[in-house]
Amino acid sequence: MSLWQHLPPGTIMMLGALLIPLLPKKTQGWSAILLPVLSMIHLLTAFSDGFLLNFSFMGNELTPIRVDRLSLIFGYIFHIAAFMSALYAAKVEDPIQHLSGQVYAGAAIAAAFSGDLISLFVFWELTAISSVFLIWASRTEDSLRCGVRYLVIQVASGVILLAGALMLFHDKGTLAFENFAHDGLDTAETVILWAFAIKAAFPFLHNWLQDAYPKATFSGTVFLSAFTTKLAIYALARGFAGTSFLIPIGCVMTIFPIFFAVIENDLRKVLAYSLNNQLGFMVVGIGIGTPLALDGACAHAFAHIIYKGLLFMSMGAVFLRVGTTEASELGGLHKKMPYTTIFCIIGAASISAFPLLSGFAAKSLIASAAAYSGLTAVTFVLLFASAGVMEHSGIKIPYFAFFAHDAGHDVEEAPWNMLLAMGIAAALCIAIGVYPSALYSLLPNMGIDSHHGGEVYNAYTFGHVLTQFELLVFAALAFALLIRMKVYPPEIRAINLDFDWVYRRVLPRFVTGTLSLFKDMVSPAGRVLQERTVVIREATSEWFNEMKTQKSVESGYAAVWAALLLACFMILYMS
Amino acid sequence: MSNIIEHLPVLQIVVPLVAAPTIVLFRNSTLSWILAVLASWFCLFGSITMLNQINGGGEIPTYLIGGWDPHVGIVYQVDIANAFILTLLSGISAVVFVYARTSVRDEIPEAKHHYFYAALLLCFTGLMGMAITGDAFNIFVFLEISSLSGYALIAMGRNPKALTAAYRYLIMGTLGGTFILLGIGFLYMMTGTLNLEELSHAVPHYAETSVVRAAFAFITVGTCIKLALFPLHMWLPNCYTYAPSVVSAFLSATATKVSFYVLLRAMFMLFGAALIAQAKIFLSFVIFLALIGIFMGSLKAIGQDDVKRLLAYSSIAQIGYMVLGLSLDNADGLTGAIIHLFNHALTKGGLFLVMGCFMYRLNSTKIKDLAGIGKKMPLTMLAFTIGGLSLIGVPLTAGFISKWYLAMGALQAGMWWLLVLILLASLLAVVYIFRVLEAAYFGTPEKEHDVEEAPFSLLFPTYVLIGSTIFFGIWTEPMLGAARKSAELFLSSGGAL
Repeated sequence: MSLWQHLPPGTIMMLGALLIPLLPKKTQGWSAILLPVLSMIHLLTAFSDGFLLNFSFMGNELTPIRVDRLSLIFGYIFHIAAFMSALYAAKVEDPIQHLSGQVYAGAAIAAAFSGDLISLFVFWELTAISSVFLIWASRTEDSLRCGVRYLVIQVASGVILLAGALMLFHDKGTLAFENFAHDGLDTAETVILWAFAIKAAFPFLHNWLQDAYPKATFSGTVFLSAFTTKLAIYALARGFAGTSFLIPIGCVMTIFPIFFAVIENDLRKVLAYSLNNQLGFMVVGIGIGTPLALDGACAHAFAHIIYKGLLFMSMGAVFLRVGTTEASELGGLHKKMPYTTIFCIIGAASISAFPLLSGFAAKSLIASAAAYSGLTAVTFVLLFASAGVMEHSGIKIPYFAFFAHDAGHDVEEAPWNMLLAMGIAAALCIAIGVYPSALYSLLPNMGIDSHHGGEVYNAYTFGHVLTQFELLVFAALAFALLIRMKVYPPEIRAINLDFDWVYRRVLPRFVTGTLSLFKDMVSPAGRVLQERTVVIREATSEWFNEMKTQKSVESGYAAVWAALLLACFMILYMS
Repeated sequence: MSNIIEHLPVLQIVVPLVAAPTIVLFRNSTLSWILAVLASWFCLFGSITMLNQINGGGEIPTYLIGGWDPHVGIVYQVDIANAFILTLLSGISAVVFVYARTSVRDEIPEAKHHYFYAALLLCFTGLMGMAITGDAFNIFVFLEISSLSGYALIAMGRNPKALTAAYRYLIMGTLGGTFILLGIGFLYMMTGTLNLEELSHAVPHYAETSVVRAAFAFITVGTCIKLALFPLHMWLPNCYTYAPSVVSAFLSATATKVSFYVLLRAMFMLFGAALIAQAKIFLSFVIFLALIGIFMGSLKAIGQDDVKRLLAYSSIAQIGYMVLGLSLDNADGLTGAIIHLFNHALTKGGLFLVMGCFMYRLNSTKIKDLAGIGKKMPLTMLAFTIGGLSLIGVPLTAGFISKWYLAMGALQAGMWWLLVLILLASLLAVVYIFRVLEAAYFGTPEKEHDVEEAPFSLLFPTYVLIGSTIFFGIWTEPMLGAARKSAELFLSSGGAL
């Protein structure tokens, strides 16, 4: 085995990223583009399907590198996403963003090739820690607080994963990251599922996503949108394929974000909600768990990373030029930013699954797999959700940003490197849509459709295309009608309450309210906790500032403790 | 060669004990330093030789001091457990003493250097003696040697508060020492022997007497004071904060660790077989003290402005982990406790050495003074980062191994909620380490630092300790094997415990 085969894929990006700050400022962003390319070459030349690297650690076998078709497809798309994001961000003069972006992407890639839970945990946490800097890089008070919230949740997910790994090891003596769903889930496996669920933004665990992504820098969001949640999707596909209760969870995920997305004013936040909805499709596919459904989930993840990245890139361009992505402040930009408009429309059409675009090629797999498994209700939910996607991502985003009423912004077109990144993404969207079998050939089960004599799945049957067109036309009609009748939620600045209201407002209120009852008993801690505290960091530091300023305890006091303890033990021992 | 091995146990004590007064006679800073370093290196060589011998299945013959019969004389007895501790102690000293040269010249007036090195060697001797001796009263004697020299060392800190800190430690330390002495006295009263081996055979005959039980209470509480278990920890933060950098590093890595070893030995080898019910009471009681210590220490660490103080509070939390491992009362837990003793000594010792680097260049270890220092002293900060990761327990660092075994111990004991608490507490460590990292790498200094990287003479020893946390985090077998064997030795001699 050569030295290169001891380096997990993605390591080149992580290590190379550390050199970025040493380069001259102008060249930092451009050299960051090289890293995904080098890493991709490393992946393609050093490894092949079936490669395993084992390593003995504390007397157990760990597998830091496992290469199979499932990890490979995620490895490929993560590299593509890293390349596009880096190209998009090339002109940003902020070494921290380039550094953290590459470490983050590299860690996600390495995680996808981890064959055991400990390696997975390491890279899982590394994605959390490195990505938070993309949020903090906005350098606003808001992004700082938000980053802390994001970090706490992401790190917690990793710690829960470790807890699950420990329990699994204790019960079964293995740390291998395999499918856990074969024989029902025991406690350890359920704990691991929770860790994945947080990162995959399951309902009620999803708020970190909408909270954090719009607050990252315009290029940071592009990185963020690609890796964290899709890593979780990969982990679910690996560990929990065929876990049937994931199907209803996935269905809920596809539906509820639609309502929030429709009423939301910040277009980047709309995209964040729509991201959630897209993850729902993948979770459904994983829950069904048939080879075709799994292929569908992977294909969808692959296509989704590209068109979602494209949409975030176009909104990032708007943000860079106009300074906001609030729908109420935008409109009429198509005259000023024509290319961005076209790319955005291609992305929007892809996510809406227009035939001949990537979304259609990927989504059909999941829908067909659901239909084959006799899950009629699921098929209908997915249909409805697809219409919703069309509504908020397909029409709303381009319409409010680039058309609608002209807000009169006199801005330039996006810089060429950003246009190029968007152009590549748009080209990929079309390529996959026109020639889906290329994508299918990369899938874990090669897109084999067992219902049709084991041939490669065909998305372009008359039935599929017709259904999709009916759906699209209907959704477009609905949007037009609603706008005409002025019942479509207008673009206004408002705060829409989501479930995080419960744990960011209600719970703290409840806790502080309860604490105030015991005010006299716990006055030093209670006094500070009473003040409304949203940011954990602030809460803790204030609290402990008080504790710290207590006078050093007198020795007499300490001696009394010693005597007390002694007396205590004496009595206990004598009895 | 076999001749030397036969005498190695006593040489471990005699060499530093003789070197100390010699240093005072020389009255020369450089010469004292050289002698101290040579003595510690000799001990390290000896300890490793003995550890290898035992690890290879051999035995170190019991050393009878002056050839006296064990019943009346003092014996030195080396088994796997204390060979392990001796290696740790001398290893830490071998590194810290090298480091001392530059740091001491900066922090201690020239005229006191020889006293400083003499006290350091005496403290080292005392700690080694506590680990190696097979005589109960001798434990007390060495405990006092190490404590008294320790008080003097702490008091040499530049900050005037060092004096009060040392004084408080003196009061609490004396209390602890007295408790231990009383306990030993009770045992002697009942059994008529001070030899640990004989005691362990004799104690079961008197297990029903209240005198022996009182001895158990005195010795356990006494050692708990010395190892700074919550709520008997109050002497520790000020000592580590105000002591000279070298002393903070040395004591934090060794003093509490040896006390923990004495507690283990007393628990399992003296009383374990006899006072099973009492030992169980003790363990089920201290598990809560350990947990409170872990959380209180970590939470307090979060609120500190001075990194040395932050590390001191973190030490209280880490001591909590060790006691927690002990109180789990199973092989994995005890292995975790012992390996954590080792790993934490390396980590915390290394981190305090990093603090010494900052002290040398900045004259401060306050977080606000460290703002933006990552650019000026990148190597020093990198060392802190690695040490911090090990303190948190990130995989591939030594800290992960100990947390792993503690977690396994908790699961083996059927206490899954403990697993949750251990992981939660690790998150608190993330917070306090991150506070420092954030300031150092992303903070903006109040005024631009006009400093260079720490000198090589400080950085090199720092990196030896910090590097060892990575080394032992990846090549786990040598030390983990010794820890596991020690745990087995303790558990097997503890009877049904």
